[in-house]
Amino acid sequence: MTGYIPHTNEDIQKMLDVIGVDDIDALFLNLPDAVKQKGRLNIPEGRSEIEVLDRLNELADKNTVYKTIFRGAGAYNHFIPSVVSSLASRSEFLTAYTPYQPEISQGILQAMFEYQTMICELTGLEVSNASVYDGANAAAEAAVMCMTRKRSDIAISDAVNPQIIAVLKSWSKASGAQIRIVPQVDYKTDMDAIAGIMGDDCAALIMQSPNYYGVVEDMQQASDITHDLGGYFVASVNPTSLMLFQAPGEYGADIAVGEGQPLGNPLAFGGPYLGFMAATEKMMRKLPGRIVGQSHDKEGRRGYVLTLQAREQHIRRERASSNVCSNQAHAALTATIYMAAMGKRGLYDVAKRCYDNAHYLKEQLCKIDGVSCNYHPFFHEFMTSGVDGKKLNQKLSDQGILGPFEVESSLLWCTTELNNKDDIDKVVSIAREVMT
Amino acid sequence: MMKLIFEITKEDRRSVRLPMSTIPSFNIPKEYARGQRPHLPEVSKIDLVRHYTALSLRTHGVDNGFYPLGSCTMKYNPKVNEKTASLVGFTNIHPLQSAQETQGALELMYDLKTMLCEITGMYDMTMQPAAGAHGEWTGLMMMKKYHEMRGDTQKRVILVPDSAHGTNPASAHVAGFDVKSIPSAADGGVDLEALRDAVGDDTAGLMLTNPNTLGIFESRIVEMAKIVHEAGGLLYYDGANLNAIMGQVRPGDMGFDVIHLNLHKTFSTPHGGGGPGSGPVGCAKRLAQFLPTPNVEKKGDTYFLQHDNEDSIGSVKSFYGHFLTLVRAYTYILSLGADGLSDASRIAVLNANYMMARLKDTYTVPFNGLCMHEFVMTAQKLKEETGISAMDVAKALLDEGIHPPTVYFPLIVKEAMMVEPTETESIETLDHACDVLLSIARIAKEDPQQLHDAPVTTVISRLDEVEAARNPILRYSISL
Repeated sequence: MTGYIPHTNEDIQKMLDVIGVDDIDALFLNLPDAVKQKGRLNIPEGRSEIEVLDRLNELADKNTVYKTIFRGAGAYNHFIPSVVSSLASRSEFLTAYTPYQPEISQGILQAMFEYQTMICELTGLEVSNASVYDGANAAAEAAVMCMTRKRSDIAISDAVNPQIIAVLKSWSKASGAQIRIVPQVDYKTDMDAIAGIMGDDCAALIMQSPNYYGVVEDMQQASDITHDLGGYFVASVNPTSLMLFQAPGEYGADIAVGEGQPLGNPLAFGGPYLGFMAATEKMMRKLPGRIVGQSHDKEGRRGYVLTLQAREQHIRRERASSNVCSNQAHAALTATIYMAAMGKRGLYDVAKRCYDNAHYLKEQLCKIDGVSCNYHPFFHEFMTSGVDGKKLNQKLSDQGILGPFEVESSLLWCTTELNNKDDIDKVVSIAREVMT
Repeated sequence: MMKLIFEITKEDRRSVRLPMSTIPSFNIPKEYARGQRPHLPEVSKIDLVRHYTALSLRTHGVDNGFYPLGSCTMKYNPKVNEKTASLVGFTNIHPLQSAQETQGALELMYDLKTMLCEITGMYDMTMQPAAGAHGEWTGLMMMKKYHEMRGDTQKRVILVPDSAHGTNPASAHVAGFDVKSIPSAADGGVDLEALRDAVGDDTAGLMLTNPNTLGIFESRIVEMAKIVHEAGGLLYYDGANLNAIMGQVRPGDMGFDVIHLNLHKTFSTPHGGGGPGSGPVGCAKRLAQFLPTPNVEKKGDTYFLQHDNEDSIGSVKSFYGHFLTLVRAYTYILSLGADGLSDASRIAVLNANYMMARLKDTYTVPFNGLCMHEFVMTAQKLKEETGISAMDVAKALLDEGIHPPTVYFPLIVKEAMMVEPTETESIETLDHACDVLLSIARIAKEDPQQLHDAPVTTVISRLDEVEAARNPILRYSISL
């Protein structure tokens, strides 16, 4: 028998005897002959660990790993303290499943309870679930939370990350809800257009801040307009930015969602990440996915359990409003340990460094003749136009730098705490070369 | 009492510092600035390490002990998978780097999808869905689009056996279908007559897991496929139980049109305490045009992401799926190869039948005959005789360091206990678990109170779940 199977021939014979059959084939007699697999699967033979590592190293080496990155657009290159992966990769955490048996799962349950508390603190809202698949699915789940029979359409700003809009559109095909797009003007949501587009029959407005183009939106105004129209206001936010900028709870958002990747999860070619979701207490029982609550045992000892499960598919089955049955527990655990490691001050420093680096870079780039910029408030991403992106990115790549993301004919830049002044000055000088 | 991280926090304590910077500080516009900073923990490195190490020690995983949780396939999670998933060439690539710079990642995804198509008999596959339930929803949306494109807008009903996983009806409902439940026959399989009665013009498809949740192979599958296909419906395969049939029979050959897989079950990627999983969706040729975008393709020797496909149901996730989970599953398939996968299924089935044979005289098995990779037994008789329920048995197992089977599922069996040992457990482990279960049944007769009180060796005893739901406390209140 191969690798992970411990059976000796003697074991197998003993087991067959207890079962009362002659061979293993006899256990498969219920499979209809007409469809049974005749030959072997057309898959290569099993390999030794040495060969497997060779092959995986070969594939990993075919990818270009950049030390210096100026690209974000939904995935952010942050510093991850060594302690984070060291603790998160402990195999008890890694090899456990959904904590159905709380008595032997207090560790992961408590970590999720801590996660929920941290997300509430970051967003300024009252309740959080234990995470969902990603930021885009979190936005779609939030939309579903807001829908009623009378109000099922969802408005979303055109300045939201296009991947979120795409996933929301895929979701809307299930329920038949319409997605109404609120236009942008110069990379900022057109506030004057909101009321006309939403009318009095839209369930919610989804806005992102900082938005896809990095601009910090006027969330207070958008929230007020939406509430005046009787809709829910859903804020999609970058968690790091919340150390500096107004929290969703401060501007009256009913639900806050976002991509949790910046909280200690690596870029990893797009996943796994996690979507966070927080809401007002009023919306608590509509919150989808796993939620951990505090309780106590007979002796009065504090403990944690999965709770509010009546909403879920094991009970409601064909009437469920969400089919989510796992969370991104391990990615959420990673985010929890990251936030605890960075701490209140450390995460603030990260956010401020991102902010300062981006503002310095933008200031320098905008001094270059022919480069044009907007002057909206922003966090750590911003747009420039006037530069030949292909040419610039090629030159940057030659220097080991991953340059900005090309959005149509403009460029979306991003800095984090991992960029330093030397990197930034180098990028600026290369951009200057390209412009001359 | 185990403290929360917030309870070991002290203001101004910090453990991470950034390098000095010579970049000037820029002001944050007042009207957008945050009022009060969030109260995140402030702890030292050693306290942080001790805290989360303590939490890990209060968590039971496959690495701690036997975990025969039915329908979850808690097999050994190979350590080499973790090593390959942490290669810098995988962890440090940005999802928006060009195809040219990510050929290794794309090749891996393409190779993996090709091998998974071979294992399942599918034509093409997407790696995007994040989990099994997400895969179900994705597959159903493809089925919906298929019917719409053919003008069959009356096809609004998804048939689901009453033994199905709870996510099946939930996913069908969320995808905008009506759900009709099909009763099981006396042998535990789908009742063919009931299926014939249920199909009609409105049938969009049937969702089935095979073997089903009772661990029984639906041996009438060919007839079932015929009934559904003749009504113009499609067959959806829930891959939660694929671990029973690798190399033995392929969903595509059984007549399934759309499937999802659970890489965290069958393909040994860690469950992580409840995710991230991965739920690739495969389909027959006639549905391939509806797969989510982007999908990884190959032209000559070059791999790329195909974004253009106007018939696609669109994106179901940011980027391309749980890439690092895909790396692990790929590592697993390379390690096992064709024979290893086949052996895995054969031994998984052997292990389940062995446990069933040892336990069936004590815990009743509602349907006679052999099982596949898992079986359902019931504590109903035990409960009638002694008052000891499936939940009490589960809690008593905790005291022995064994994770209980899935309890109270499937819903069609009262006091159900669904046992899935998996192929990576030895006869000694199975024997020990059987001995413990048999001894629990004895104690139930002699001293039932002992079992009502269980568990007693865990860090906490049974928690008041009613109270938790009635007066939810979902976060720690930070008092200042």
